[in-house]
Amino acid sequence: MTFFTSWHVERADQQINMKQLLAFTKKEFYQVIRDKRTLLIMFGLPIVQIILFGFALTSEVKNVHLIISDNSKDVNTLQIINKIKASSYFSVDESVMGYADIEEAFKQGTVKSALIFPSDFAKDLVHSGKAQVQIIADGSDPNTAKTIVNYLTAIINDYQAQLSPTVGLPYKIIPETRMLYNEEGNGSLNFIPGVMALILMIVCTALTSVSVVKEKELGTMEILLVSPFKPFMVLISKAIPYLALSIANFTVIILLSVYALDVEIKGSILLLFMESILFIITCLSLGLLISNVTASQQTALLISMMGLQIPTLIFTGFMFPLENMPWIFQAISKIIPAHWYYLIVKSVMLKGLGFEGVWKETLILIGMTVVLLTVALKNFKIRLS
Amino acid sequence: MDEEKVITCKSLSKKFGDFYAVNEITFDVNKGEIFGFLGANGAGKTTAMRMLCGLSFPSSGEATVAGFDVYKQQEFIKKNIGYMSQKFSLYENLSILENIEFFGGVYGLDRKEIKERSGLLIQTLGLEKEAKKMVGELPLGWKQKLAFSVAIFHRPKIVFLDEPTGGVDPVTRRQFWDMIYEAAATGITIFVTTHYMDEAEYCNRISIMVDGKVEALDSPSNLKSKFSVHSMDDVFYQLARGASRSAD
Amino acid sequence: MNAVTVKNITKTYDKGKVLAVDNISFEVKEGELFGLIGPDGAGKTSIFRILTTLLLADKGEASVAGFDVIKDYQSIRNNVGYMPGKFSLYQDLTVAENLSFFATVFGTTIEANYDLIKDIYDQIKPFSNRRAGKLSGGMKQKLALCCALIHKPLVLLLDEPTTGVDVVSRKEFWEMLKTLKKQGITILVSTPYMDEANLCERIALLQKGKIMSVDTPENIIKAFPYTLYGAKSDQIYKLLNDLRLNGQVESCYAFGEFLHVTLKEKQENGKKILRVIAEQNGHSNIWIEEIKPGIEDSFILLSGEQG
Repeated sequence: MTFFTSWHVERADQQINMKQLLAFTKKEFYQVIRDKRTLLIMFGLPIVQIILFGFALTSEVKNVHLIISDNSKDVNTLQIINKIKASSYFSVDESVMGYADIEEAFKQGTVKSALIFPSDFAKDLVHSGKAQVQIIADGSDPNTAKTIVNYLTAIINDYQAQLSPTVGLPYKIIPETRMLYNEEGNGSLNFIPGVMALILMIVCTALTSVSVVKEKELGTMEILLVSPFKPFMVLISKAIPYLALSIANFTVIILLSVYALDVEIKGSILLLFMESILFIITCLSLGLLISNVTASQQTALLISMMGLQIPTLIFTGFMFPLENMPWIFQAISKIIPAHWYYLIVKSVMLKGLGFEGVWKETLILIGMTVVLLTVALKNFKIRLS
Repeated sequence: MDEEKVITCKSLSKKFGDFYAVNEITFDVNKGEIFGFLGANGAGKTTAMRMLCGLSFPSSGEATVAGFDVYKQQEFIKKNIGYMSQKFSLYENLSILENIEFFGGVYGLDRKEIKERSGLLIQTLGLEKEAKKMVGELPLGWKQKLAFSVAIFHRPKIVFLDEPTGGVDPVTRRQFWDMIYEAAATGITIFVTTHYMDEAEYCNRISIMVDGKVEALDSPSNLKSKFSVHSMDDVFYQLARGASRSAD
Repeated sequence: MNAVTVKNITKTYDKGKVLAVDNISFEVKEGELFGLIGPDGAGKTSIFRILTTLLLADKGEASVAGFDVIKDYQSIRNNVGYMPGKFSLYQDLTVAENLSFFATVFGTTIEANYDLIKDIYDQIKPFSNRRAGKLSGGMKQKLALCCALIHKPLVLLLDEPTTGVDVVSRKEFWEMLKTLKKQGITILVSTPYMDEANLCERIALLQKGKIMSVDTPENIIKAFPYTLYGAKSDQIYKLLNDLRLNGQVESCYAFGEFLHVTLKEKQENGKKILRVIAEQNGHSNIWIEEIKPGIEDSFILLSGEQG
């Protein structure tokens, strides 16, 4: 065979391959669009999750009804109250309630929080440089309670810092609570990257693995294997539609976060997109790998859901702080791709870091993807076992 | 033949919306008879059988199974029938003995009865050595014989068989029919639903459903001479060719 | 040239524990309609998977359309039309979408080979916009056949295409196979239905991974060494037992309406002998006739010989 003819044949082959790829992709899109269940998982799940995590689990508070009982009525308390009023978190009610009244209001549930200045607040502050305030919050809603306490404490601390340099004395206002939770002071922000990792992980891996295994179950895989279509092209063409859908999905999550949860994306959106596409490819590879080793849709779904969702929840660090875990758990977290993606998204989205801040994590994620994809392609059987 | 009727069916219908899945079917089945219930996929066989097994209510018409009314006495019907299908019958990951015990228990037999009868059954089947083996390890022929034995373990009046011998090798199939004949000879009524015509040939009488109606009801030889053809295949072909409905 | 050659093929599963195909050899001539007849578990599907290069045999050689199943597997994949046993198409794609998808996968178009599938496709054309999942069993099978034919294969391999399909569709399907055969396509088809054996030119009877006989259906039936009698009475089960217990009877088994009976020694008046046995046992409405054996009778006899 001359060089020309062999080249020519190859060209023709490639054309067929492109056509096949296109046909396959088209088919896959039809199937997804017509399968209401898949669509529901694909787009329903992110919305539900975002809303669940974003709103229900959020520790952010707004316009909380706060009763202030000012028994001191001096410049200092007035300044603090004004500061509280200035924040958007509380709607202040300066009623002249006695302690018993306040307790009664809590019991009835009409009040969720209260701030009490003792009558000798200003005197203590001026004379001994130390004063106490009491913060009361409704513990039956612990998340909100903690947040309220945190916000108030933060405001008081802020005031104290303001006060100290002008007066020249180390004033100390001691709230009767401790800082317990949420240093950054914004709850839902931390959840978003975690939820993103979780959703992409579940949707990409589960749907890809199920759709490949479905072909095995139907018997269509046998036909595809017996056709001239190259086996690894089957995998590639499976991945493409899900890549596209996952990107759409990711966009939905971002839009929801920005418009429904008021999350501000501090870093570059482009970088966030690129990193997310990388993570989607990681997940797709994982999905293909799962489909290699499973024979039924149920098993594939079970592995993707149970085998991946729980580790993602635990080991990314967005629900439970990793620092408090035993070393073995921390070690495991290092091999979970979602962990690295979570770090990347947090850095880019919340801290506003550029690529120079996340290149290490990115490199690790790329490495993982290459390994997963190679193993998936290598293990894809050109024959039935 | 004993003329006692174990199934009576009078203008029995099942409607789904405007659609008559089963349209006024009428027939009787005698005690000890092997009755073939035939029809193409979608003809209404399964729907009719579900009503007779007490799994769904008819829309209209009357029917009794083992003397019990299909509207009011479904629970009694269930106690007096057995069921076996080729697709599912026994748990593969339970042993022979465990399967027998389980199904005996499902039908409310007490421990002593189960023990006595299962010993007898294993002896008759010649499975003494295999009694503790998982059903999944048995050859298909044995599985099938066991499945049938389990289906009649609680001594039902009627046993429903759903395509019992499709795909089975001819020798095993013969052995299976031996068992069915034997059961029928002891007075158990055999109700076979199938679309394999060679299974139909074994029946005393068969009914053929087309588009929700019973279009033919007679013995295989009478049907063949009525349609002047040589096989049940041809009888069925002539009846079903004009069918408007077909589905899986 | 042979379209399919199978030579001493053996296939085991579970590391040799399960013997699925046991040293099988047969040949399918070019343009032939050849049937693999055997029950579930006879090894039919394994043979098909070896021929379609989906499985590797433990031992032996095989070729399809002149291509070796191991060395030239890529060529086989280009030249073979295959309908697997559980092939059920993409349920959520329409008839037309399924067909055009498979055409593209095989590197061709519907138009290029339309003449080959036209007769079959015309029957499902009115439903071309219907989802495959909403088709009846018979129509699904026609569509599947179209998909297997779309690239104009040299050899068509059909694994149990008529299993679970109603009588009417089965008849139509065999008609289609005859038409395709006329167009020169070699067809290897498997079926568990013994009665379909007569529709093939040559058949191989398979049981437990072994071939018991390869020949034309007529020759296999001719080779049946006994005179076969059909018998029935009012009490068929009693008759079955009575005949079996009689010393003169070689075999007796239920076969549809009648019992099929053979006698130990060739007898001129076999009919009379059987009638006497029946009468002695008090049967009424006795019917005994000499009948022609079928493939299933041969199959039972052969599997008895095999043990």
